[in-house]
Amino acid sequence: MKWDISKIDSWKAEEFPLGAAIPEAGNSRDYRTGGWRSERPTLDRDTCTACLTCWIDCPDTSIRVADEKLAEDWLDLDHCKGCGICANECPVEAITMVPEGCELPGVK
Amino acid sequence: MAEQKTVATTGNLVVAEAFRQCKPDVVAAYPITPQTTIVEEFAKFVAQGRVHAEYVTVESEHSAMSASIGASAAGARVMTATASQGLALMWEELHIASGMRLPIVMANANRALSAPINIHCDHGDAMGARDAGWVMLFAETAQEAYDNTIISVRVAEDPEVLLPTMTCLDGFITTHSIDRIDLLDDETVTGFVGEYEPVNALLDTDNPVTHGSFAGLGGPYFEFKKSQRNAIDRSKTVIERVGAEFSEISGRPFGLVETAMMDDADVAIVIIGSSAGNARHVARELRAEGMKAGVVKVRCFRPFPAAEVAAAIKGCKAVAVLDRSESFGAEGGPLYLEVRSALYDLETRVPVVNYIYGLGGADVRLELMHQVYNDLSDIASGSALPGKMVYLGAR
Repeated sequence: MKWDISKIDSWKAEEFPLGAAIPEAGNSRDYRTGGWRSERPTLDRDTCTACLTCWIDCPDTSIRVADEKLAEDWLDLDHCKGCGICANECPVEAITMVPEGCELPGVK
Repeated sequence: MAEQKTVATTGNLVVAEAFRQCKPDVVAAYPITPQTTIVEEFAKFVAQGRVHAEYVTVESEHSAMSASIGASAAGARVMTATASQGLALMWEELHIASGMRLPIVMANANRALSAPINIHCDHGDAMGARDAGWVMLFAETAQEAYDNTIISVRVAEDPEVLLPTMTCLDGFITTHSIDRIDLLDDETVTGFVGEYEPVNALLDTDNPVTHGSFAGLGGPYFEFKKSQRNAIDRSKTVIERVGAEFSEISGRPFGLVETAMMDDADVAIVIIGSSAGNARHVARELRAEGMKAGVVKVRCFRPFPAAEVAAAIKGCKAVAVLDRSESFGAEGGPLYLEVRSALYDLETRVPVVNYIYGLGGADVRLELMHQVYNDLSDIASGSALPGKMVYLGAR
């Protein structure tokens, strides 16, 4: 059964799991860390050779693959923290980090 | 009452014996005087196959407590032992063990903290950890050290508690002196402590859990601390219940607070640990001379049995709290602060004075106890006013 934390903000002290344990596996996907991102990776598909080094090295499993190449929606923006490892490790420099919000008018 | 074997041995060796009888799954420890012979003896039991435990030799006490935390979170019954600088080096892990609600049982051979370096008894090490969220029991004798260790396992693992527990015994005085001790047989102890059923065990792969998660940035850290406070408050009745159950099989008394000659006492000493015997001896001598002297020994320091202490001394005309540790810059030693606070709600004000004694193993001679009772007698009769803290016997 899914651990229901929807009312966690109103839980009393004794309602929390003992010792701050999390009694469920795999729930880190519920924690959206994408909001921490200050830079976002952008992909140049013409340069990408689909070596998948970025997919291997991403610490947040935020890179999506389909048919052995980067998927159409290749980046999981809910979880990508913008660490830049993918851009740093890409052997053909197909990934570039751009500041978040740069596409908004008035933001440099 | 269970059959028992009377032996002549040291406090440390019977603590190791209690460890063996409680059948821990993991013991991770680093040797430090005067705790060393506890873990040496236990390591020998492991080598001889007399206990089936994983004995982890670590490179420091920081690692000893870290390994204990890991093993306990994995679901093991974990015991360890330390003293003085070793306990100090464990400091950050002590809070992690209690915050993660891991029922680790640790013996602490009370020893002074450096500097200057000193290997002898005082309670400064344990008292420095008094706010770490551990249940804390103190032994007067080797027998009590043995008994407290067994009781601690049940208390720590009780579903109402689930907190680490520290059992303290006085360095050298209790750890190394040969004493007369009655030991229970293995089956009785093993039956008494029972099987440990861990909560949220990491090795329970059918029910995966995360330990050590983050609860900051407006998260429920505050609520976790509240539930920890509730648990240590609940532990008081659990300690009493387990202690009473243990008394039935051992035939020995167990109290959070143990009193002697307090029914009609005018003057009393409140004390922790091995020197309680000195106080009782002198109180008995003074009783023969007509002074109504009594002794209140605090066996459980965390949770602090404030109501029991207050009830024991409320009829006194003057009380001395003897601290074998400092709380530099405070109004008095740690026990004094607790006792004074416990008395605040009483209808009648009981004069309370504080003596610091025996730091770094300074001799606690009987004439020092005489001096305390004589001071109390003067306060009780009105011929002297309660004074400030006294370093008892210091030049």
